[in-house]
Amino acid sequence: MILVSLILIPLVFGLASFFFKGNDAPKTFALIASVLVLATACYAISLPPGSLTYSRSWLSVLNSNFSLGTDGMAKILVLLTAISYPIIFIATRNNQYKDANQFYALMLLTQAGLMGVFLSTDCLLFYFFWELALIPAYFLCSKWGGDKRIQVSFKFFIYTFVGSLIMLIGIIYLYSKTSDHSFAWSSFTKVVLTEQEQGYFFWFFFIAFAIKMPIFPFHTWQPDTYEQAPTATTMVLSGIMVKMGLFAVARWLLPVFPQMAVKMADTVMILSIIGMIYASLIAMKQDSIKRMIAYSSIAHIGLMCAALFANNAAATQGVYIQLFSHGVNVIGLWIVANAIEQQTGTTKMSELGGLAHKAPVLAILLVVMALANIALPLTNAFVGEFLMFNGIFAFKPIFAVVAGVSIILAAVYTLNMIQRVFLGEASAFLKVTDIPKNTVIALSLIVVMIFVMGVYPKPMFHLGEQVMGWVTAK
Amino acid sequence: MTNVLQYAWLVPIFPLIGFLIIGLFRNNLSKQMVGIIGCGSVLLSFIVSVWLFSNVNADEAHVARYFDFISVGKVSIPFAFQIDQLSAIFLLIITGVGTLIHIYSTAYMHEEEPKHFARYFAYLNLFVFSMLLLVMGANYVIMFIGWEGVGLCSYLLIGFWFKRTDYNNAAKKAFIMNRIGDLGVLLAVFWMMQKFGTVNFTDLFAAIAKQHGEGTLSANDPALVGITLLLFLGATGKSAQIPLYTWLPDAMAGPTPVSALIHAATMVTAGIYMIARSNIMFTLAETTSNIVAIIGLATAVLAATIALKQNDIKKVLAYSTVSQLGFMFLALGVGSYTGAVFHVMTHAFFKALMFLGAGSVIHGMHHEQDMRNYGGLKKYMPVTHGTFLIGCLAISGVPLFSGFFSKDEILMGAYANNPVLYFIGLAAALMTAFYMFRLYGMTFQGKFRGDEHHHPHESPKAMTIPLVILAILAAIGGFIGIPALFKPNAHALEKYLAPVFEGSAKLAKPHEINHNTEWGLLIGSTIVILAVIAFAWNKFSKYQKTGVEETGMGKVLENKWYVDEIYNAAVVKPLLGLGAFFNSVIEKSGIDKLVNGVGRGLQYLSRQFRHLQSGVIGNYILIMVAAIVVLFLLGFGFTPDIKAIKNLFGK
Repeated sequence: MILVSLILIPLVFGLASFFFKGNDAPKTFALIASVLVLATACYAISLPPGSLTYSRSWLSVLNSNFSLGTDGMAKILVLLTAISYPIIFIATRNNQYKDANQFYALMLLTQAGLMGVFLSTDCLLFYFFWELALIPAYFLCSKWGGDKRIQVSFKFFIYTFVGSLIMLIGIIYLYSKTSDHSFAWSSFTKVVLTEQEQGYFFWFFFIAFAIKMPIFPFHTWQPDTYEQAPTATTMVLSGIMVKMGLFAVARWLLPVFPQMAVKMADTVMILSIIGMIYASLIAMKQDSIKRMIAYSSIAHIGLMCAALFANNAAATQGVYIQLFSHGVNVIGLWIVANAIEQQTGTTKMSELGGLAHKAPVLAILLVVMALANIALPLTNAFVGEFLMFNGIFAFKPIFAVVAGVSIILAAVYTLNMIQRVFLGEASAFLKVTDIPKNTVIALSLIVVMIFVMGVYPKPMFHLGEQVMGWVTAK
Repeated sequence: MTNVLQYAWLVPIFPLIGFLIIGLFRNNLSKQMVGIIGCGSVLLSFIVSVWLFSNVNADEAHVARYFDFISVGKVSIPFAFQIDQLSAIFLLIITGVGTLIHIYSTAYMHEEEPKHFARYFAYLNLFVFSMLLLVMGANYVIMFIGWEGVGLCSYLLIGFWFKRTDYNNAAKKAFIMNRIGDLGVLLAVFWMMQKFGTVNFTDLFAAIAKQHGEGTLSANDPALVGITLLLFLGATGKSAQIPLYTWLPDAMAGPTPVSALIHAATMVTAGIYMIARSNIMFTLAETTSNIVAIIGLATAVLAATIALKQNDIKKVLAYSTVSQLGFMFLALGVGSYTGAVFHVMTHAFFKALMFLGAGSVIHGMHHEQDMRNYGGLKKYMPVTHGTFLIGCLAISGVPLFSGFFSKDEILMGAYANNPVLYFIGLAAALMTAFYMFRLYGMTFQGKFRGDEHHHPHESPKAMTIPLVILAILAAIGGFIGIPALFKPNAHALEKYLAPVFEGSAKLAKPHEINHNTEWGLLIGSTIVILAVIAFAWNKFSKYQKTGVEETGMGKVLENKWYVDEIYNAAVVKPLLGLGAFFNSVIEKSGIDKLVNGVGRGLQYLSRQFRHLQSGVIGNYILIMVAAIVVLFLLGFGFTPDIKAIKNLFGK
């Protein structure tokens, strides 16, 4: 039941939020809801995985159950989802939205969807939540986004929707092949497919997940969407929602198509690595901070995807830990971008400069975020990247060498950004005071996580190592 | 009883605390308090280091394990420190020279606003902390933490005056060039893990010695050569060797004490430390060792030629540092590990001395750095002059000064390996003597050529006392390494370090030089060096500003062989061009056009179906949501007979 409440709390609070009036009430209400989710999540994570299952007959005609379960990876992502929302709500408290009640309601609905995705052990349920997370995000972009929001969110929607449809076809086909006609994870992993079937349906699932992550060349929706979406939504999209794709690969794709996963490892890894270098090179040429973060994120996700297919324990553990690290770090970067935008009205590097004089606290916090973004040792990202590169090297050294170039390029574009935004002479046109308290609180929380996990990652490893309790329970 | 070396964590903890206190309370602390905390924390580290040094076990390294850093499957990396002779020597250099430079900085940085003064000391303490991690780490990963940490601090300190764009560019360049090297180190770490299953120094070197003893690991094993080459790539970044040396001269944008501490005495010697630490691998990988020697020698010569024609006092010292580091790599390459560490030590003394001396001159000359505007400063700055002269004598290798002993040991090691290396090395040493006394003559001798209204003045005590202490060390520091030629068995440093290099010493081929030859080389080289000094002293004491531009070779040297320009054209521009091409062509017109085309196709289709549908995407979604809700309800309550659906999927 505790797992259900992780979905129910944001769902109920989200629906209730529609009935609020004014600007501040929904903000506070959403913050309370998200803290409640965080408390519940912390409790849930402290329990052994075996005791955390829930199953109830749902669409009994289709033999689909409302069944939830959790393992280390799911726990890490549940924790990420639970921690991120309060931080996002705190950091963007000063942002003003028209119809704030609807905005926060939809935000909470995305959280319900995300929790469902990470907890479902039934494939139809998984698909249901996958869409539930996507649809509010679409409304958030199209109603509260930037100037080009209609065009961009249309692209975002079509892109991910096409992916979802392909996946649905795959799900239905696999369902028809299960021996007990069930959508359960345990049945899906036992499906026996011919080599040809595997060859087709592996790609059905992979493309859906690849769009979500996104993996080169399915990524063009992302920079536009990140730039145009309201920043709070962008934080959810880049911090958590892209993890759905990686999660889905680890939960559904690899166990269901084990042979194909080995056979296609080279192809997928090469695609991922091309994407890393490609996105890093493009990131160097961006003028908008937001687009730079977007491309940087594509590069980081590419590494995680490549590591998932490297098929060894170190790399997989690295991915788990990086799922969390990348989530909080990229949210931190967005908070900085948001703070800059709120103060100066722009995120174009060419119009900024010299902010370090006027906003030293923001400058320091940004530098910490930037260092985590380039995975400097003793920040959380180093631990994950170290293990992932190590795993990729063990798989094929040349992959690690080429992918490693992105480490250098990351330093190039990240330091460029610091220099162009914060260093140099202050531009006379910019009116900046240092950042407000709420942003400092949100960023400080992230800074603490960056260093604690960077110096002592053991608890996170501990969490990640937990095997699927519900696999043995079932 | 626990070993006292278990308390090794005390050494880095003080600078870390200093960094945190100064960093967090920088707006509330007075300059005086910042100075006390900043200097005090490093001084405490120095005291603990001396205590550890006196307790180092003669026979085996002590590894102090604290907790598991990364421990997953086969990957096990403990957070552990290794205290042995090699790390103890480096601890003394870092904290000892570090303390002096911190004290010096309190006066040198006095003009800064309190918050920037505090920022400076916070960075400096963080640097000392990282550098200590680097030399204390008991495995390559902990070492790498320090390795990247010092790179970060170097970046922050080079760009300390962050209003200047060229300074920021220099900082960025330093970080990125170091990152190239760092990738090499990382790849080497992965390779070692794969090949030997561990990156802990003691386990790894024992495994290598064992495998070599059993014959399963041959002397020039390709994996070993690959690993050592990658490590060396890292070293060329951090220790400014060809091809990654160009960041170091630019790094002179940082405050001068930073140049003394980071870009002369400590951080740039990290590459030497790493190779000395990995001596057994480099000795076995003969190919790599040869490359190390050649690159080191080439760097020593190249940088020395550039130094001949520089007019900025700090640039001369910077190229001199690159050149001296080249000597150290030559020593490593020819297997003279003790010689390399010896030169690290003496170089730390005399180069820190000369940088601080240059800082004193710049301070006294109101931030003028062009030597053409100096002249006759010995009259105005007697302490700076006297100590600087000692530094010049030491680096030139004048007998009985510290540099004489360490440089001699390196050159003799080179001769034993191959006389050609010796003579090229000697040529670089002669150029060193020349440009150092060019600098000395132009700065301290002759007539004052600067602005008459700004009278140069001697620096305050906080700056001159460190100069005097370093001058004493630079003068007599060589006596811990008296060659066997003078007195058998008197090389204290060699005896002290012997356990660290024991493994590789057994594997190395013995090279003996006949004592007569050695005397001949020694006396011959000393005579030429003295002649060069006399020539340069005489020539540049009479230096007059001419205003004539250099031509021909002089111009090439003044422009540093145009290496920066070549790198720019060959690497930076193409990469940026590629980025621009991807961004504007492939991304916008290629992939995105395709995607948008699909999108437009869909829109077109939807227009055709307009009679049936509204065409508004929101409505589609609404319908979808409704359908999902219906599906949801179906499951929980209402279950009609949908056998037909079931049949669809077949039994």
